[in-house]
Amino acid sequence: MPDKTIEKTVDALPGDSGRTAVAAMTDAGPAPEKARSLWSDAWHDLRRNPLFLISAVLIVFLLVMAAWPGLFTSASPRHADLAKHYLGAPNWTNFFAADWFGYDVQGRSIYARVVYGARASITVGVGVTVAVTVLGTVIGMIAGYFGGWTDTLLSRVTDIFLGIPFLLGALVILNSFDDRTVWVVIMALAFLGWTQIARVARGAVITVKQSDYVVAAKALGASTTRIMFRHILPNAVAPIIVVATIALGGYIAAEATLSFLGVGLGDSAVSWGGDVARGREQLRIAPHTLLVPSVMVSITVLSFLMFGDAVRNALDPKLR
Amino acid sequence: MTIIDETAWSPAPDGAEEDGRPLLEVRDLHVEFSTRDGIAKAVNGVNYSVNAGETLAVLGESGSGKSVTAQAIMGILDMPPGRIPRGEILFRGQDMLKMSGEERRKIRGNRIAMIFQDALSSLNPVLSVGYQLGEMFRVHQGLSKKEAKAKSIELMDRVKIPAAAARVNDYPHQFSGGMRQRIMIAMALALEPDLIIADEPTTALDVTVQAQVMDLLAELQREYHMGLILITHDLGVVADVADKIAVMYAGRIVETAPVRELYKRPAHPYTKGLLDSIPRLDQKGQELYAIKGLPPNLTRIPAGCAFNPRCPKAQDICRTDIPLLSPVTERDGGELAGRGSACHFWKETIHG
Amino acid sequence: MGRYVARRLLQMIPVFIGSTLIIFCMMYALPGDPVRAMMGDQAYDPAVVANIKKDLGLDQPLLQQYANYMAGLVQGDFGTQIASQRPISDVIGDAFPVTLRLTIFAFTFVTLVGIGLGLIAGLRPDTLRDRGLLTLTLFLVSMPSFVLGFLLQYLLAFKWNVTTPTVTDSTDFSQLALPATVLASLSLAYVARLTRTSIAENLRSDYMRTAVAKGLPRRRVIGVHLLRNSLIPVVTFLGIEIGSLMTGAIVTEGIFNVRGIGIEIYEALTRREGATVVGIASLMVLIYLAASLIVDLLYAVLDPRIRYA
Repeated sequence: MPDKTIEKTVDALPGDSGRTAVAAMTDAGPAPEKARSLWSDAWHDLRRNPLFLISAVLIVFLLVMAAWPGLFTSASPRHADLAKHYLGAPNWTNFFAADWFGYDVQGRSIYARVVYGARASITVGVGVTVAVTVLGTVIGMIAGYFGGWTDTLLSRVTDIFLGIPFLLGALVILNSFDDRTVWVVIMALAFLGWTQIARVARGAVITVKQSDYVVAAKALGASTTRIMFRHILPNAVAPIIVVATIALGGYIAAEATLSFLGVGLGDSAVSWGGDVARGREQLRIAPHTLLVPSVMVSITVLSFLMFGDAVRNALDPKLR
Repeated sequence: MTIIDETAWSPAPDGAEEDGRPLLEVRDLHVEFSTRDGIAKAVNGVNYSVNAGETLAVLGESGSGKSVTAQAIMGILDMPPGRIPRGEILFRGQDMLKMSGEERRKIRGNRIAMIFQDALSSLNPVLSVGYQLGEMFRVHQGLSKKEAKAKSIELMDRVKIPAAAARVNDYPHQFSGGMRQRIMIAMALALEPDLIIADEPTTALDVTVQAQVMDLLAELQREYHMGLILITHDLGVVADVADKIAVMYAGRIVETAPVRELYKRPAHPYTKGLLDSIPRLDQKGQELYAIKGLPPNLTRIPAGCAFNPRCPKAQDICRTDIPLLSPVTERDGGELAGRGSACHFWKETIHG
Repeated sequence: MGRYVARRLLQMIPVFIGSTLIIFCMMYALPGDPVRAMMGDQAYDPAVVANIKKDLGLDQPLLQQYANYMAGLVQGDFGTQIASQRPISDVIGDAFPVTLRLTIFAFTFVTLVGIGLGLIAGLRPDTLRDRGLLTLTLFLVSMPSFVLGFLLQYLLAFKWNVTTPTVTDSTDFSQLALPATVLASLSLAYVARLTRTSIAENLRSDYMRTAVAKGLPRRRVIGVHLLRNSLIPVVTFLGIEIGSLMTGAIVTEGIFNVRGIGIEIYEALTRREGATVVGIASLMVLIYLAASLIVDLLYAVLDPRIRYA
């Protein structure tokens, strides 16, 4: 049918039969449909991809949990009942109850902490992704569009930032702050992480810039801003989205790792990484105190990675 | 990795004329591909044969199945998604489709070789041309690296690449398009095969270079007395080099004829359309003829004659009955050697 | 080639200075005072603090401090660690070989297993085997190293008693195996995925069809023609991963108590001891830059289409 991605058919058929299939697609069917756009094509692919559906459901679930944790538990994540201590063992079948995953070393409900911990991970992950996307796109577009010494300068700056090991840089910055709010963490990670998107954006802009329609728009005297926003940005958006969605999972993992190392959100915040760090002394006697938040981190990262993977496959079938 | 198999195929001198067998014979070959949209029937009962020293041109648009047939002969179809449900491919009387993978491999490159369309992508970009040529001798004849290199230089000389000895260690991207295609030819010729399949060997080249490459190919073919299957969509290329022509449409042969005959008197409306769409100097100023419509979707080939939706002569019978390839005769019934047409109205087409 | 190397080395100088300067600034310019951190919570006399700052050169302008620091570094003088009073070069000299062993171990693992898995998956794209391996790598990528680390530590050391929970002797490769596996897992998954994509893509290329049409045995088609082309992007990635493995060691060494530069830098950070942090960070930047240069050169060897002027 005409709305299938053409590349895949070409792959499936060697030799000239593939080319015909492509040619034939345009005239097949009683009412020849116009070639659909990249986006509607991608959406068509995504709707049928089970990985996408599973991850989308999980992500919605996590987003709701981050926004309204009270919907999931009535227990408070900060209420410490020392009588339960960490010996308050998990009750694996008591779903959604305060003792579902047991109690931590201070007698706090692990289930409640896991629910309330979603907010830190999701906010930081989404926040950093938005920040690096904006920052990287702007820098990459400027470098790619103007070229010349602007490009040379910005590319050198990109090289310099790439030279700083991400985790180490984040440790150094965050360690300097005594009061690490969500914004501090987001800014620190965005400060170090924009390079990847900038490179992708720069590459995409350079490709689009050389295309005939942009050359034509220029020849017709369109202004720089008009060309940037009307012609270049819309066409550079797909690769940027692909990189950003996949990076999102990575930033969530980074937040958890930094919290684990004790330089994530401040001590008063509830975060999975921090709970893992606090639970490590109990690994031998009460492994659930750190394995439960660990698993939550992994599920969250996995959801976003699967989501990113599906989006990439839909937007760029050649990458499969 | 040195496999010596010179004994396996001791070619009968001079092809197969004396025992009456053609060098290669394709019988009722069917090839289909499973795709997302269903089964694509790429080849639907192709028959053709080639003798030693003879050139068969297979003509057709993209998607006519001409390349798929060639790939089936070479045994380089991707299976799956490809499948050969029916047919025989006889090489010196033996059905290659019944051979083991190893037997077929020893024929490939050694007894039957193939020249591809785009030499730049068909040569390995990261290996020197000398290595890629020498590989033929090392694998099939067990020569040493040094001997293989000497042979490679010799081959490059033979296909008229200047300064062969100096360029043997160069990489494909360092050659011009014409020179690269010569390297492809040299690679196919390396072991002096009995049959060469050239799949649009000059399509990717400049017009001036096209003639040089075609001449070289024809010359070498005569010299080695090889069979040649020339796959093309370009009627101009065919006229000078081919002995006979098979025209393909939607996976079937719709017309066969000796080359001059076909140009003079086509016996199928499709062939006629193709010939009419060649620009000619004496028709300057007139609008160029083009066959209307597009080739059919191979997952849904029209009932009856596959060409019927595009055919100016189509009648009701064309939409129901598949025309078989039948002999074409003179108006008085006199025999026309080697001619056949798969059209219900071939008489009207050739004589009308 | 020689000129290219020289030019690249020259280009690396500003990048090295830039990266280390940023780290230096982050360490010293941001809030958080090393001298205060050193004195802890005890009441302190501002005059004493000023004195100490003067001794350490912390009262000078930041760029001056950086210049002084770099001048020392070029001569191999990393400064003195405040807490232990040892020269930082000695500290690095003790810790670096440990991390190097761990990283090399992990890197070998990444290369062999990653490429191996990618090859197995990529040669039969879109089969059950391929999808299974892709899912496995997705799981590996989803597990931050502390998650995988504790999980394996719990299962292998506490539950089944097959290994020691922490590393007591870093020259014993059997003890290093667990931390190396954990350190390797993320890169390994990426390498497997990249190899798989690259192999599957090259498998469909025209030159592969030619290689088959030449009648080459399958081993040769894959080993000579496919692998060489497919591994070019993988090699680039592997080079960059050396750097990430070294930083990843900060977490892994902490979990398994491997006394390498990861633990050193982490402890120095919590003490806010700038000289040690910047010293080790500079070393990491240098290794990253060297690795990317080597990758560029390897690229030229693997792909003749790339020429260096």
